[in-house]
Amino acid sequence: MNIFDIIGPVMIGPSSSHTAGAIRIARVARMLLGEEVAKALIKLHGSFAETYLGHGTDKAIIGGLLNFDTDDIRIRDSIQLAEEAGMQYTFETTDLGEVHPNTAYIEVTGRSGRSISVMGSSIGGGNIVITRINGLEVEFTGQYHTLVIQHRDKPGMVARVSGILSGSSINIASMKVYRTSRGGNAIMVIETDDYVDGNISEIIKQIPDIFEATSLHKL
Amino acid sequence: MLTYKSIQELVENAVAENARISDVVLSDQAKQLALSKEEIYKNMAFNFAVMKESIAAGMNSQSKSHSGLSGGDAYKLRQAMDSNRSIGGRIFTGVLARALAVSEMNACMGRIVAAPTAGSCGILPAVLVTIMEEKKIPEEKAIMSLFTAAGIGMVIANKATISGAEGGCQAECGSASAMAAAAAVEMLGGSPYEAANACAIAIKNTLGLVCDPVAGLVEVPCVKRNAAGAANALTAAELALAGIKSVIPPDEVIDAMKSVGVSMPYTLKETAKGGLAATPTGKSIANNFKKGIK
Repeated sequence: MNIFDIIGPVMIGPSSSHTAGAIRIARVARMLLGEEVAKALIKLHGSFAETYLGHGTDKAIIGGLLNFDTDDIRIRDSIQLAEEAGMQYTFETTDLGEVHPNTAYIEVTGRSGRSISVMGSSIGGGNIVITRINGLEVEFTGQYHTLVIQHRDKPGMVARVSGILSGSSINIASMKVYRTSRGGNAIMVIETDDYVDGNISEIIKQIPDIFEATSLHKL
Repeated sequence: MLTYKSIQELVENAVAENARISDVVLSDQAKQLALSKEEIYKNMAFNFAVMKESIAAGMNSQSKSHSGLSGGDAYKLRQAMDSNRSIGGRIFTGVLARALAVSEMNACMGRIVAAPTAGSCGILPAVLVTIMEEKKIPEEKAIMSLFTAAGIGMVIANKATISGAEGGCQAECGSASAMAAAAAVEMLGGSPYEAANACAIAIKNTLGLVCDPVAGLVEVPCVKRNAAGAANALTAAELALAGIKSVIPPDEVIDAMKSVGVSMPYTLKETAKGGLAATPTGKSIANNFKKGIK
């Protein structure tokens, strides 16, 4: 903790968990998609579902999908801005099961037709945890620069990716692999001290059996 | 390096260096964050600028929040003050109006600085900006006093909590009030010891305050509690500046706040299940609001 956790953050009200945290979950979805959102389905659970209108959680999520940061005054008008940008969206309230009370499921499709789904929880003070990507269980907070790699589970994948990163002098803070089953779909989540730029993630994408490599700036 | 585990540590370090609490906090944070003092000061000055913007926006706004529960009250109070219909005058009523202004901006999705939380964001800006403007104090002193407020807030967060869900409103508006009281004392030339006393007095006066938001929204009673928290900060600062001491030392007061928070039932800790949220009117507002969603 430092002084700017006490005097700060600068944010759009009214609630760090229901507004700022919601913006961040949606921004992760937008960044993972890697392009403008054409269509979005948002399912809200628990306290998000019960109080989303009063807390502006809907505006927060749409703002996040437009890639606005937590202190961006345009959040207040995000619904109108999304409509002007031609974004189609649907909000549903739902029960996502045994998850944190402030959880959102977001499915986004880009103009290219590419789509991705993200589930995340707002755990207080604007902090978040991403818990699923495309249905696969993951766990990361966005507090670091994060590289998300979707691949097939097979031997040597971690070594090849970490080799490329070390060759680019990127220091890995943490690394975890999540998979559906042996030999099935897998996701590698790598938190790094420096941002992994587009050139490096393009090289990683060339590795056989890697489907997608997306680099997220820390939130 | 400072540990921020006691108010005593802040006071002793300031006294030993013949400095203000804000000076020792600024130097220490520059070291801990590996930034220059100038950079840290600049970041704080930016936060202060945002605080002033939210005051200006809220004082002139008559728009309502999405729920319709809040908005426009700062404007009303400012009208009363400007037409000499107020009890308190430029400083006391000015503080109340600014606290409402920032808190209403928060409810209406405006931009604010959490200080220490969004729910209690009106107190610190209201006290500092009013004193700065009405007492003609240089802005640099107001910005510096935010470091004192932050140091006090870190101690409270470390020793107790600044979260309503953990400690009730005493942890949010009470902490903000203590931070503002200590900062006000420093701005007006009080000693580190007096600032610490102001912190203790402010917390003592809000001990036991529950967090009972109607319909779970940061509006009722939060907006008006920001006005009360700001008034309490003025009370505590005024007493401390006159040399009045808190019989119970500040660190023991913060410990007491923690244990009161622990013994508070969960219905009174941000769950919207007790207090004002559980009154017939509170429940009816919540029910209508839910129907509006569906």
